[in-house]
Amino acid sequence: MTALSALIRRDIRIALRVGGGALIGVLFFLTVVVLMPFAVGPDLALLSRLGPAILWLGALLASLLTLDRLFMADHEDGSLDLITMSRTPLELACAAKALAHWLAAGLPLIVATPVLGLLLNLDMVATGAVALTLLAGTPALTFTGMIGAALAVTLHRGGLLMAVLVLPLSIPVLIFGVAASQAVIVGPVTFGAPFSILCALSLVSLVIGPFAAAASLRHGLD
Amino acid sequence: MSGLDQGKMQLSGRGVVCVRGGREVFSGLDFEAVAGEAVAVVGRNGSGKTSLLRLIAGLLIPAGGTIAIDGGDAELTLPEQCHYLGHRDALKPALSVAENLSFWADFLGGERFEAAKSLATVGLDHATHLPAAFLSAGQRRRLSLARLLTVRRPVWLLDEPTTALDVAGQDMFEGLMRDHLARGGLIIAATHAPLGIDSRELRIGGAA
Amino acid sequence: MTLIDLANPTRFLALTARVLPWLVAATVILLTIGLYQSALAPDDYQQGATVKIMFIHVPNAWLSMFVWGVMSIASLGTLVWRHPLADVAAKAAAPIGAAFTFLALLTGSLWGRPMWGTYWEWDARLTSVLILFLMYLGLMALWRAVEDPSRAARAAAVLTLVGAINLPIIKFSVDWWNTLHQPASVMRMGGSTLDKSFLIPLLLMAIAFTLLFVTLQLAAMRNEILRRRVRSLQMMQASQRAA
Repeated sequence: MTALSALIRRDIRIALRVGGGALIGVLFFLTVVVLMPFAVGPDLALLSRLGPAILWLGALLASLLTLDRLFMADHEDGSLDLITMSRTPLELACAAKALAHWLAAGLPLIVATPVLGLLLNLDMVATGAVALTLLAGTPALTFTGMIGAALAVTLHRGGLLMAVLVLPLSIPVLIFGVAASQAVIVGPVTFGAPFSILCALSLVSLVIGPFAAAASLRHGLD
Repeated sequence: MSGLDQGKMQLSGRGVVCVRGGREVFSGLDFEAVAGEAVAVVGRNGSGKTSLLRLIAGLLIPAGGTIAIDGGDAELTLPEQCHYLGHRDALKPALSVAENLSFWADFLGGERFEAAKSLATVGLDHATHLPAAFLSAGQRRRLSLARLLTVRRPVWLLDEPTTALDVAGQDMFEGLMRDHLARGGLIIAATHAPLGIDSRELRIGGAA
Repeated sequence: MTLIDLANPTRFLALTARVLPWLVAATVILLTIGLYQSALAPDDYQQGATVKIMFIHVPNAWLSMFVWGVMSIASLGTLVWRHPLADVAAKAAAPIGAAFTFLALLTGSLWGRPMWGTYWEWDARLTSVLILFLMYLGLMALWRAVEDPSRAARAAAVLTLVGAINLPIIKFSVDWWNTLHQPASVMRMGGSTLDKSFLIPLLLMAIAFTLLFVTLQLAAMRNEILRRRVRSLQMMQASQRAA
């Protein structure tokens, strides 16, 4: 356990120290949301209807973009070699890195949601619902995205290719995240059904993500 | 865990084949090294010195043959008993010297020695709280060496270990290697320059 | 440099060279019979002659999923058994699967034009197949992005298996999403009560297309093996010059 907590503490510390690594994600999130009124017009009624969808898309893109270098940085400076050789199973180390990334980059997005909800004319309940769905759903985005981050190491390239590979995998999370938020605002379904499926998706990705990432890393070192 | 007193520890490879990027680097390689012995792997560029170290470290998968360790800690795999000192330092510039070292000590686990003392040994005790970004190439190498001292592992896999070290650094490093061998450790080093200590030569890739 | 890892592929090449002509013949015969039977099938009382698109559409849709299944097994072969032919099979199958998926989308959309009055409807089936098509394209991009085939093979294998786990989840999500947004406004085809006059040509076409896939797959694998041989010969040449 000390090994894993050491890894988590290190990654968070680096994220907070290096040029606001975590905050850039929030800034990107904010920028995407601010762009929306320019695209669809400053119609507050329309914006509040699209609000949850905009927030979810923003969070999806923000978490995907910040994930790009999750393993790449460790690969480039040789840390990944030593992590592979440690007594900690690589799957657990991957999970710890993803958890650290979520704490450093995912949580700030959720904290920022209420402010962005104001900009999109969402009321308190709706904003709360979106924040809650993001809290339940962003772990799934992180743990799915980490597969792409691990593939980026294997392939020596990240960026657009990874986005193209990973985004289709996150469609279910998007569907149920937005549906649960919309359920609170307009119905017609109850909040519980899509929300519990969203939680289930997060739990499934918690299992699949580390195994797939570790499999990819183990075969991809060179 | 009883440190390095594992009796007659022996590392051996039989008929090892290494293929990288569809190209066969070497094949049918036999080697062995016993506790207290240093092996210097020599050969021309591209003969697979680094690949051999990475095969032993479990970072590459042999296309054929076996690599095994006997007489070590039976509960640990071979890579878990190895220290790998490669071209890259595994240091984070954003963290301080002490943070870098204590992270690897925590993460690698096992028997642990005082970090401050290892930093003093490699001559970095004046820079403990400086970010690693401020270190020179030679100082980064020294910090990597401190990792080998803080966490004890019986097999040292060293890839061109003396690059970037000045003369005093090389003397210090030779002392460290002698101590490690005297404790029953085992060293396999890929090198072009003389290692500076008594070592057996393992030539790969045919004559230069 | 030995050619030891090509020993197995060599036997594969010899075997397929003998089997392929027979397969081609069988495919052509079955396709001819299937198309003839399809042409003979009566028009649907509701859909008219448009229903005949189904004889092409359904086999393609079936193969779009079947090929991903084949690639998943090949990926297991790459990751678990390290079989030398596994990643050749996976690489060869991706473009073929993408082509079948594209044909399924195309025929589905052509069928939709008279039925729905539009070429594209965000219907649950079409949407799922579209996502599947995107994933095929992503996989092909991955294969092309990396020079070293064994390195690409492992990455592609991981992605294929993750995709295999995710595809049912995506299918389920899209179905759910679809019922949420347009409850049963779309006319659904098929059902279990297919008349015999439709069922026989449909089955024939499904078998014919599956044979077509096997034929194309074996031919593509042969090409891939030969391509890799050329590559390793070139590398041998390069290293001889260096020595």
